[in-house]
Amino acid sequence: MAADTTTLVSLVEEFVSGLQDNKARDIATAVKDGKFTVLQLVEALGHSLTSSQPHTRARGVQLLSDVLQECYANLTEKEVTVLISFYENRLKDHYVVTPPVLHGLRALTKCTALPSGSAVSMLRSLFQDVHVQSLMLAERSCVYNMLINLMETRESELKGLGADFVFGFVQSMDGERDPRNLLLAFQIAKSIIHRGYDLGKFTEELFEVTSCYFPIDFTPPPSDPHGITKDELIQALRAVLTGTPKFAEFLLPLLIEKLDSDVQSAKLDSLQTLTSCVSQYEHKDLAEFLEGLWVSLRREVFQTPSEKIESAGLTALTALTSCLSRSVLNSESEDTLSTFLDLVLKDCKHHLCEPDLKLVWPSTKLLQAACGASNRASHIITAAVMPSLIEQYNNRTQCSHRRTLLEVIQRFIQSVKSSQPSESEETVFGAFRQSLCGIVFSALSETNSSLQIVATSVLTSLAQQAGLLLDSDVELAVDHLTRLLLTEEDDRVSLAVVECAGSLAELHPTVFITKLIPRLKTEIFAEPMEQDNNNREASELHSHHAMRQRCLSALAAISTQPSVVHESTPVILEVLSSAHTGSVIFTVEEVVLACHSLQRIAEHVEDTEESGQCFHGVVIPRMLSLALQAALQGEGSTGCHSPLAEEKVLTAMVPVISTSCSRLQPMLAAQTASKAVSLFLDADVSFLPNNSFPANIHLLKAHNVFQKQHEGSWTQSQMVCLLIGCVCSLPRNVEVPQIDHLLSQLEDMSCTCGHLLSYTSAAKCFAALVNKRSQGDSLDTVIQRTMKRVCGELDSTSSPVRLQAFTLMVWVAKALLLRYHPLSTTMTDKLFSLLDDAELGLMAAEGFSLLMSDSDDVLNRASHADVRIMYRQRFFSENSAKLVEGFNAAPQEKKANYLKALSNIVNKLPKEVQVTELPALLSLLLEALSCSDQGVQLSTLSCLEPVLIDPPPALIQQLEALVSRLLVLIGSSAMNVRIAALRCIRALSGFPAHEILPFRARVLRALAQPLDDKKRLVRSEAVQARGEWFLLGSPGGR
Amino acid sequence: MSAGSRLENANPVIFQRSGERLLTASEEDEDVHDPIDDREIFDLIRSINDPEHPLSLEELNVVEQVRVKVNDAESTVSVEFTPTIPHCSMATLIGLSIKVKLLRALPDRFKTDVHITPGTHASEEAVNKQLADKERVAAALENSSLLEVVNQCLSTRKI
Repeated sequence: MAADTTTLVSLVEEFVSGLQDNKARDIATAVKDGKFTVLQLVEALGHSLTSSQPHTRARGVQLLSDVLQECYANLTEKEVTVLISFYENRLKDHYVVTPPVLHGLRALTKCTALPSGSAVSMLRSLFQDVHVQSLMLAERSCVYNMLINLMETRESELKGLGADFVFGFVQSMDGERDPRNLLLAFQIAKSIIHRGYDLGKFTEELFEVTSCYFPIDFTPPPSDPHGITKDELIQALRAVLTGTPKFAEFLLPLLIEKLDSDVQSAKLDSLQTLTSCVSQYEHKDLAEFLEGLWVSLRREVFQTPSEKIESAGLTALTALTSCLSRSVLNSESEDTLSTFLDLVLKDCKHHLCEPDLKLVWPSTKLLQAACGASNRASHIITAAVMPSLIEQYNNRTQCSHRRTLLEVIQRFIQSVKSSQPSESEETVFGAFRQSLCGIVFSALSETNSSLQIVATSVLTSLAQQAGLLLDSDVELAVDHLTRLLLTEEDDRVSLAVVECAGSLAELHPTVFITKLIPRLKTEIFAEPMEQDNNNREASELHSHHAMRQRCLSALAAISTQPSVVHESTPVILEVLSSAHTGSVIFTVEEVVLACHSLQRIAEHVEDTEESGQCFHGVVIPRMLSLALQAALQGEGSTGCHSPLAEEKVLTAMVPVISTSCSRLQPMLAAQTASKAVSLFLDADVSFLPNNSFPANIHLLKAHNVFQKQHEGSWTQSQMVCLLIGCVCSLPRNVEVPQIDHLLSQLEDMSCTCGHLLSYTSAAKCFAALVNKRSQGDSLDTVIQRTMKRVCGELDSTSSPVRLQAFTLMVWVAKALLLRYHPLSTTMTDKLFSLLDDAELGLMAAEGFSLLMSDSDDVLNRASHADVRIMYRQRFFSENSAKLVEGFNAAPQEKKANYLKALSNIVNKLPKEVQVTELPALLSLLLEALSCSDQGVQLSTLSCLEPVLIDPPPALIQQLEALVSRLLVLIGSSAMNVRIAALRCIRALSGFPAHEILPFRARVLRALAQPLDDKKRLVRSEAVQARGEWFLLGSPGGR
Repeated sequence: MSAGSRLENANPVIFQRSGERLLTASEEDEDVHDPIDDREIFDLIRSINDPEHPLSLEELNVVEQVRVKVNDAESTVSVEFTPTIPHCSMATLIGLSIKVKLLRALPDRFKTDVHITPGTHASEEAVNKQLADKERVAAALENSSLLEVVNQCLSTRKI
């Protein structure tokens, strides 16, 4: 024990006199381990603590504080009491002793054994003996931390101090300048307010001491290690200022004053603070400032050029109005809401009478902001505004005025939508229903297209007001929409009408079923009128086609409710079957449109039993049956073709089937798949409607390339693309029956068939099935078998099916790459080696684009394919070196293929990856820019452009090479290249000014020439690029 | 920026912007030569910002397509602009902005003429004379505070 004491004394000596800071840790460890007690330490310190030299005393206290810092948790209550009274006493000591004393006290505040009453006495002596703002940064932070610790654990004791606590805190933080400490101080102030400390008569002081920082203007120093942002400070201060209604009388005048500032960020901060403070306030807090606030808000919205401030102002107005609406009225107080809204109306309403002047829009926005705040506000405002708007609309004759008024009305209706009350009060627009409907219907009957478009959106908004429109109104609306659909030639109008019909049909399906669908059906099947004059006939035909197009898209748009779908799909199916039989003449485009409509319905209809039944039970079998009939017919007679045997139509059918299989009723989809498989493998036609088919169905029997081709021989084989729809987009847990047989048939077909659509579809289908097949030996066997076959064909240069084998390989490679299958590298390596191939080199380069891009029919997430995240990045990082190597080794004439492959890959990478990988590839890309192949130039430019917007440093170093190459390309013979090059040059103008200024004169001179380009599109790019470069380095520019 | 009193015309009439020019098939055809036409010149100047309002010259109807004449073969352009009020002190500045925009965006071969629509401004003649005088335009652009305002009018608006 004696030996221990000696060690301790010598350690203490080394710390105090020898100034060796690390001894503190040794002692602390020893105390924690129980070798010494704190009492022993104090005894050992004895002499240093009573020394006549203040520095020695400070050192002594520092040692004690450092030790306490480490082992405050082990102290007993008695020790703590003694230590606190010691430290409190030391606060009165020389100023050099104060810092270690504060550190010690902070350590003690964390102590759980703090005796009751000690917190109060600690704070009393702290506030009494220490002037916080004359301390250094670290000690000030120490004081704040003490307060925070004590507020955490001793809340009730501190509240016992009453307003003295608040006063002490106000004194301590008064004049604080360091952002780190400010964050702490704001945190304390926030707790004082939110935890209900008694502010007493110091409310204004607390407000003053914090609000003097408002609005916060702080730019962190570059490479700031503390990472404090302006926004953090703003949020922390806002939480203090807006925390209590007691601050209202001080805060609101301050906000009004700061709103007048010229600094945009100050305005924004004031508006946002206003928005957040009124959520706590009541009307009596606001009453006397309402006029001032309104004047400021109005000024900001009327005059600001910044959308941010405008929207912040509008949000603030909404918040203000809803605060006023919340307040409970009593008999003697005046109704502040209506007083305030009177102010708003007085200043804004008359602007609504001048629909061609600038202030009509800001006024509308302000009124709407107030209107959307509460149900009562919307009643008051609409009652004041709507009659005059309606009257004006009826009196004005100019279309542009009417359109503006209608738009204003529309926005009012929309703003009310959000504040619709739940209880059955009278709806806000109930009184105006009749006149509004009248306006809408009259606008729909006008000839002005923009008026019609606005009218459709007003109609939509009216319909969305629950319970507003009567059934008769809806019927009338449907009549108008039908008329416009059938007669209106303007694309924008018909688009708006279709959209409006879609949203109305969701709310009122029955009217659409009984009125619109039958009418559209008659019109679709009406034959175009016979005309003698040929020219006239052509234009008639054209407008008839356009009308059919509109009807079909309207049918698709209204079909979101299963009940509507039940009625609309038969009409579209009838289009397909009449087109097939030829009973009514439909062009191929119209049939394709019909398929698109079905696809749209499948995408948007609600996934219910009824809609699933409709698609899986009716639509798909009917389509398959029609396609099969068409295929057989085409095979028999070479003369007449049903449009349903056309490639375009078949490709349009695929997404209908695949969308239904992927999103409607998995159970039914599984049945569809198994029926389709038995149709394709076993020619089982039993599930097809009118199944009187001849026996010579062999859908997956490919016509071998060696056999002599005759026209029509592929009409059956190309139906394999429909199989894609049936089996490739199923959810992954749905099993495809007879999968092995199916795979081998597909493989055969894709390797032997001579018809492009057939072998490509077979390859896609094969790939999609492989992608979803579960991991295991059977999968590996299939892949290896295919791989062997494909490589065999590819390696023999005389093989007639190299192209087919190549297609299959690329698709399978993609399927495996997506799911990170280990065998995918063999495939992709083969693809790399083909870049040198004389015949397939260019196609191999294009193949990389297929690998990297999302294909829209198979192997995407919508069709439930197994797609791992970031497979592109992974592929790129594993293979970029191979590409560079191959490029360097390749003979000159093959280098273009590598560059093309590279730009295809890089193009599809996410921007973040591009930026990080760019330095390594930059020289290659620059090389690609000077490559003579225009395709390579174009794809390189398109991959450079996004990178240029936020240029990595590596690019800036190569600026000279980049600029000269781009300037060469603006003289290219292909206009796409010229345009892309000019875009890149425009993007260059956003680089750091000092880097690009040296090029300014040269670029401007070079850009003078494309200003006179023969193509307008090139000229317009040149004008924009040159404009930006002119602004560079010029006053007022950049 | 904040005080409303500084604006000469705080609540001007607003006109609708014309849409983007529709792309025609011949514009996408490599071999066809597209002549510079009135609409193209109008597209150059319609988006110029007004010095006072956050609005474009087109929205204030200061420039209109019918008041733009171009002759591609003879390389001449003539633009008439209409100040919003007859005493608008910004007329010269607006004219200068249009002039500068055309200088920057048209090939050298063009001779540009920018003037006020007859009868729409009090000091029409003086302004026209200033804008027609090459040396005075050049001298104005030497003045950096003037150039600053012009450049602001020609910047693409960022919000």
